[in-house]
Amino acid sequence: MNDVSLPSQQSYVQPKTIEPQTPPPAPKHRPWTSTRVVGTTWLTLWIAAGLGIIWFLLNSNHVALVFGGEGLLPVSITHNATFLSRYGEKFISGFFVTLQLVSVSMLLGVLLSIPLTIMRMSKSRILGGIAYAYVYFFRGTPLLAQVFLLYYGAGSFREPLQSVDLWWFFRDAWNCAILAFTLNTAAYQVEILRGSIESMPKGQWEAADALGLPKWLTFWKIILPQALIVSLRPYGNEIILMIKGSAIVAIITIYDLMGETRRAFSRTYDFQAYVWAAIAYLVMVETLRRAWDRIEDRLTRHLKR
Amino acid sequence: MNEALTLLSFGDMGWGDEIALGVVTTVSLALASLPIGLLLGFLLALAKKSEEPSLRAAANVYTTIFRGLPELLTLFLVYYGGQILIQQVLSLFGDVYFEVNAFLAGMIALSLVFSSYASEAFLSAFRAINKGQYEGAAALGLGYGQTMRLVILPQLVRLALPALSNLWLILLKETSLVSIIGLADIIRYSNMAARTTKEPFLFFSVACAIYLVLAIISSGGISRLDAWAKRGEAHK
Repeated sequence: MNDVSLPSQQSYVQPKTIEPQTPPPAPKHRPWTSTRVVGTTWLTLWIAAGLGIIWFLLNSNHVALVFGGEGLLPVSITHNATFLSRYGEKFISGFFVTLQLVSVSMLLGVLLSIPLTIMRMSKSRILGGIAYAYVYFFRGTPLLAQVFLLYYGAGSFREPLQSVDLWWFFRDAWNCAILAFTLNTAAYQVEILRGSIESMPKGQWEAADALGLPKWLTFWKIILPQALIVSLRPYGNEIILMIKGSAIVAIITIYDLMGETRRAFSRTYDFQAYVWAAIAYLVMVETLRRAWDRIEDRLTRHLKR
Repeated sequence: MNEALTLLSFGDMGWGDEIALGVVTTVSLALASLPIGLLLGFLLALAKKSEEPSLRAAANVYTTIFRGLPELLTLFLVYYGGQILIQQVLSLFGDVYFEVNAFLAGMIALSLVFSSYASEAFLSAFRAINKGQYEGAAALGLGYGQTMRLVILPQLVRLALPALSNLWLILLKETSLVSIIGLADIIRYSNMAARTTKEPFLFFSVACAIYLVLAIISSGGISRLDAWAKRGEAHK
């Protein structure tokens, strides 16, 4: 600022300066408003529930309450010191089956989603229509129905499949699960990719055109890198959805984390099976979510001020 | 072709009437979970945007849990866990055998999941509403309840509707999980029909087609709802 002397203004009012005041005293106690009461009660309940679960897990490794027995008392007490020692290893192997299922089908889904996105965004109405129908079908029907359609439905075509020597593929639940999950996630990934590419402002294309860059180079060097940054978050969400969705393969006799849990529960009727599974899934999803946040932070650091 | 039509017909020969019953179960389960989920989600969003840290923390724990657990596992936790809990409470009073209703368990589990996602939808809608709206309402002398009802909610509905309609479509698909705990929905009846008739592909295709039809009907309803919510906006 330059020193601009203002024309002196005659003030008729005597400026009244007040002594600097001491700030108002801080309230000694935060008042117990109704929201604070509700919040504290709720939080206490969560903590109590958490402690209760820990107590339950500790306790039930010595004594387990068992329900569902045939006979007089549906609830009985058995000594069951061996739940973890008996099923711990199976849980870990189930955990890895889940990871494998999700990562394999995610990667295959990426491969499949690229040609589908090209089809979906092409000017050809036929190709675009096919890709649209594909995406609509896989996003509009439950994953469970898709898995059943592939796994059980393949049985309707046993002879033709045998004649082209593909029956071995569909006979195996694991292959069907991978196939169903790949097809499903590819449909979601098409929408993620398409959405992020279309969200790029037109000016990006125009500026590249003005620089004389060919279309493919513009796409490869300018549009795609920015689009992938935009699609980071939806991709992370999709992985989480896949982890959660993968639990249903337990129904078609695959022993993933959920499958092992169901097997352990059906043998022992011990509820801690489900509690352990819940803990494992929560840890898995939360870890991934936080790791993904950090990856996103790192990759978008040039966009932050 | 004729054979397939016979299998799908209503009456003794076909599975049409059973599958129709399954559709009723699926739709009523989704419709029953929706209002509970919406209400819980709204209250959770209020908790998350409150200034009280303990309330925010408690609401965040809720969403972390129910968004992190697989829906199937939530369903099992509610179904088997509820059974064990009630059984233990009842066993204090004597020998009473109690079975948790699969429909109720499904409704609770789906509402829990729906509400945790809906709370995020409501929260981002709340954040999109300008502070000036509250100030303007205060300047007019409206109290908290009146501000909410007359000023905030109408805008909230409009802003949250796209996300909520997406959640409704997801809810509709998630109802299929209750077939696993034995509730006779579309998938359950299709499964039964597939096993009995040895025509799995036909029946699961029909099941998928029904879900698609439900989604298409919902989309129609949603776009009308959207037009209604946006009736105050100027036409472009």
